[in-house]
This record gives sequence, structure tokens and C-alpha cells, in this order.
Amino acid sequence: MQPKLTLLTDDIIQRILDEAHQLLLKPGVKVNNDEARELLASAGAQVDTETNVVHIPEQIVRKALESVPREFYLYDYDGNPTVKYGGDAVHFDPGSSGIAMLNPETLEHDTTETPHLLKLIKVAEQLPQYDAQSTAVVCHDVPQSIQDSYRLYLALLYSKKPIVTGAFTNKTVNEMIDMLAILAGGRDASREKPRAIFDVCPAPPLIWSNFASGNLIALARAGIPAEIVSVPLAGAAAPVTLLGAVTQHTAECLAGITIHQLAKAGSPIVWGGAACIFDMKKGATPMGAVETAMLDCSYAQVAKSLNMPTHTYLGATDSKLVDAQAGLESGITAMIGALSGINMISGSGMLDFLSCHSAEKLVIDAEGIAMTKRMIAGVQLHTETLATGFYDDNINFKGGDFLKQRITMQLFRKEQHLPSNVIDRDSMRNWKEAGSLDTFARAKLIVDGLLASYSRPQLDEAKEQALHTFMLALAQKAGMDALPSLENADKEKVHT
Amino acid sequence: MSEELYKQMAQSIIEGEKEIAIELAKKSIELNMHPLDTITKGFVVGVNYIGDQFGAGEAFLPELVMAGEAMKAAVAVLEPELLKLGEAREVMGRVVLATVEGDIHEIGKTLVGTMLSASGFEVTDLGVDQPAEKIIGKALEIDAQIIGMSALLTTTMIRQREVIEELDKEGLRPRIKVMVGGAPITKDWAEKIKADGTAEDAVGAVQLAKKLVGKE
Repeated sequence: MQPKLTLLTDDIIQRILDEAHQLLLKPGVKVNNDEARELLASAGAQVDTETNVVHIPEQIVRKALESVPREFYLYDYDGNPTVKYGGDAVHFDPGSSGIAMLNPETLEHDTTETPHLLKLIKVAEQLPQYDAQSTAVVCHDVPQSIQDSYRLYLALLYSKKPIVTGAFTNKTVNEMIDMLAILAGGRDASREKPRAIFDVCPAPPLIWSNFASGNLIALARAGIPAEIVSVPLAGAAAPVTLLGAVTQHTAECLAGITIHQLAKAGSPIVWGGAACIFDMKKGATPMGAVETAMLDCSYAQVAKSLNMPTHTYLGATDSKLVDAQAGLESGITAMIGALSGINMISGSGMLDFLSCHSAEKLVIDAEGIAMTKRMIAGVQLHTETLATGFYDDNINFKGGDFLKQRITMQLFRKEQHLPSNVIDRDSMRNWKEAGSLDTFARAKLIVDGLLASYSRPQLDEAKEQALHTFMLALAQKAGMDALPSLENADKEKVHT
Repeated sequence: MSEELYKQMAQSIIEGEKEIAIELAKKSIELNMHPLDTITKGFVVGVNYIGDQFGAGEAFLPELVMAGEAMKAAVAVLEPELLKLGEAREVMGRVVLATVEGDIHEIGKTLVGTMLSASGFEVTDLGVDQPAEKIIGKALEIDAQIIGMSALLTTTMIRQREVIEELDKEGLRPRIKVMVGGAPITKDWAEKIKADGTAEDAVGAVQLAKKLVGKE
């Protein structure tokens, strides 16, 4: 039995949905995209042409909800379904779109370039706790107009895992859909076995911007999964109460799903977000706050009442270093996310309000994720009797009796998660002899090991060449002579 | 009598009681109190107090914002009276605020606007996603001393530099000073793009603005 954390009663969930539908009528949703407004209008929504505010009646939303796929998979490079969206499946991926990376030697937040992203991809590729890659950091060594496509390009070259990505303009989303098609062997194949999912963000309160709505429509028509990342900031850009913020989140998701399904009914879309409270002292958006995790747990319950696949942002910290605050915020929120049965939990590796990544933190967070996975695997019944069967004639009332039992050898790996060396369970003496290393120092060693053991996946040569040609053409259009040298980036030992 | 009223005025701001602040402002007019005294000896005391409390970590953003809103409401009642007297509240300076092109995040900038107007600046807030020519055009139109620009995204913060370069090209600096702000904005960045300053929060922004117009 998968243990579940629930914060809302069925009654409250119903009230959230009722009030969200009321919000969609009054005040309505601001939709700053002509095509999205036309889709909504032709379905029967009332559009205010002056303000772009659309009033969406419940029956239009209900119809959209009927056509949404209840589950779908993301596939790895080899075509295996490795990420399940739907039900209570739980997966983790590194946070997306950081702009800096923690330098483990200087502890500065360095501006990210190609070698930083490669380092993160290589580390995440070898940690089984991450079922998907993300386009983790922006590469500032390429022009802004190709940064989205370039991040995906690197992930496709250096990983076989599914990819959680996103695009900041309508033009780039189409380029990225083309890139996925190149590796999949065409747009149909890409739709059949999607490799990537795209985050699409409404703006709080109740706004679907021009490019976000445009991306929803483009993704729906291409049949590539979209993931709504609604970000109510409770107390600033959303009601201060957790229930109020969850209700606004619900309305933003319902509006997005409606636009998406009107563009192409049956296309895959996920109920997701990066909800958080608004810090009233610093004006910050704390990802490590427990209320942030409570918002996410709550909206996941609303999604599940509608049988929607789910996503959230947890497992991150607001600390600037990989320190005790980082550990407790990341661990606690990852556990809440897993216990909420959320399908994709993004955010691992990230510091400083999702702006800074750390490969060392990815390694430590992987242990936290392993603990959450062990937790949701639950307490299992492995043997016919619970205990009496263990007490046979060889019991001598000594402490080591059970170590000698074959069943101990057979079952201990199922009962216990065996942590990596990032977790210290050594004797004091051994720990001192090993250099008295703290968690961060141990994580640095593991990162070094992972970088040394990494080898780039073998991809189909012709497809890889086609992908490269495509990316190079984009770069040249953006004014570059050549793409950053990946050979040099591979050799460059970032921070180590 | 008026001492007691001044205290109540300050208190109405501290508690963010807009309606009470308006009532007190009206009452001061009935009592023929000088509107400038009402502002400086009454309401401003409350704004300063809450600003100090915020700086000390005792007050929080909702209290700051509510105080700012109450202040704006009280001043709006008193301004017509000042005009009748042929006087005006000393305007600390005229400021154009905007979130740069491509960026739609404006919580921080709106806060800065509230605190600036509460502190006696005349603020024109252009809103989000504003291109350089619109920001500069508005600054020239209202003869602003300060342009304040916010950006939340590193992908949009470069637009701050574009506005500054445009101002330089037109020879509008140092006549117009530039303040920049937003989550990714550091002092280094402000220096690099040759802005006149940046601040960590809305209270700091008011101090900076006062410094820039020479009214510290």
C-alpha cells in the first residue's frame, strides 16, 4: 500500500472546484493571445475584446476535461516507457532553467555556460533516482534567441533519459518540436513516443500570456506533452490563504487545459505548478517553505479528483550553499511531494529560489529521493508469518542470530535502501581516518567519480548529424559562426 | 488639539487604515489646519515609522503596502486644498517606473512605486513589458528626474542596459538618473550597466531615490 498524504477533505475539494469555475466566469481569465481567445469564443466563452478578458462557462471546461488523457508515458532514447504521468506514480527530475551554478571550490554562484549544463546532465544521467533529465541551466555562451533550443540539443546529445524542458517564445517551441522529431524519426513517431514534456506557465493572477497560450496551442497540435506550471504566490499574486491560492491555481489550470484541448482534443497535458507562498519580509518566493509544499500537496489532490496527471516543484532550497538548510528544506519538501503521489517532482539540485544549480546537491538530493521512494514503497508483507517463522531451532537468544538466516540475505535489499557514500554511517574513528569529510565534501568526491565514469550515449549517427546541422543553422541565423566546442566543454573540468 | 490629531494621523498610517486616514484628512480641512502641516507633522510620521520598523525586521510587506496606500489616499484628499492655497507639497522628484520589455513580473516594482509616492515622489508607473522608447518618452513627457526599471529574469535584465545606452546616446544623462532593481540585480550589475544605483528592497529604493535627487 502506497502511503498517501492528504490535506483536503472531499468537501473542500468540491468547494475549490466550484469557486474556481466561478472565477473563470468572474473576473474571468486574461488571455493575451488572439488565437486562444478565438478558440475560447468559438466554444461559447464570452470575450471582452478591449481587455482580452475571457469569461469561460463551466460546460466548456468540463468538455475539455473529458478529452484529456488520464495517463501517458515519456520514453527514453531507446523507446522504453520510463516516466509514467498518471495515477500515483512518482518521479523526480532536476530543476529547470537555472542561471547560475554553485562553484564547489569558491562557493560563488557562477554564470552558467555549456560546460555547466554538461556537468549537470552527466551527473543526473548516472543517478537512477532521476527518471528524467531537465534542461537544467541557461547557457549564456550562446545568443538568447537560441538558448532554449540549445539546452534541449545538449540534453539530447548527452542523455538517453526523457527530458523536462520548456520554451520562452512561440518560435523556439516549434524549433524544439522539430529537434525531437529529428531524433524520433519524424513528427508522428515523436507524438507516438514522446521523449520530452514542455513546461508552460500562466502568469498569476489568472493571466495566460501571449507566448504561454501560443505554446499550449503549438504543443497540443504537435501532440507533444505540455505541463502547466501555474505559480500562485500566496499573499502577493494570489490570495494569502492556502485554500484561496489553490483555488486560483485550479482556475489557471482549468483555463489552460481548456485552451489546450480546444486546440487539439486528446493531446496530453499535466496539472502542474510551482506554487509558493510570498515571503512577507524579503518579498521572496520561498521554495523550501513548508506551506509551499502544502500548496502543492493540496493542488495535487484537486488534480487527482479529476484524474489528471500531476507535476510540481519541490525538493529545492532557498539556501545559497549546500548546507543544513538546503538539506532540511529539500528533504522535507521532497518527502511531502512523494507522499502526495505527484507524478513528476522537479527542483532537485537547486538553490536560491530556483536560480542556482549544484551538481553536489543533485547527488545529495538523490539520497533524499531514495528515502522518499523507500517511504512510498510502504511497509510490505514479505513472509507468511510476520515473525514466528524467523524463530526456528537455531535461535540462541543472541544478537547475531538473524544475520545467519538465509532469509535475511534474501530480503535485506528489499527492506532497506542502501545509501551511497554521501550518507555517513561510519564509526567516528573511520570517519576521522577518511578525512572527517562533511556531506558536501563527500558529494564533491561522488561528483568527480560520476564525471570520470561518464560516457556519452551512442546515438544513431545520421540522426545525430541531422540534429547538429539543425542546431548549427539556428546558431548561424542568430549570428554565431559555430556552436561552442563540445570537445572543449567535455575536457573543461568545471569547478573540479 | 492638533497634536492629538497628528498622532491619530500617524497611527492611521501605521495601521494601514485608509478610510480612517481619509476621514482625518477631511477633518483637518474642516479645522482649517494647514495641509502641509497635516502631511509632514501627521501622516509622514507614520510612513517613516513603518519604514523604520520594516528596516528593523519588525514590520512586514503587507503592513508597508497598506501604510503606503493609506498615505496616498490621505494626500489625495489634501492636495486640492494645497492647490487652493497656491502651494504644493514639496515634490521630492518625478519618477517613471517600468518593468522592462519581455518581463511581466511587477510585484517588486509596484511596491517601490507605493513607497515612493508615500514618501513624496510623483510616480508614473508604466506597468510591465515596456520597451526603451516608451520608458524614455514618458520620462521626457513628465520631465522625470529618475527612471526606475525592474526585471526578474536574467534574460530580460539586459534590457535595462539598453535603456541606459539609449539615454546616453540621446545625451539625457545625468539629467535623468536610473535606478535598477529585481531579484537577479546586483550592485555589480548596476555598476556594469552604468546605472545610478540599486537597492535590495522598497525602503532602500526610497533612500536611493532621495539620494539621487539630492534630498537625503
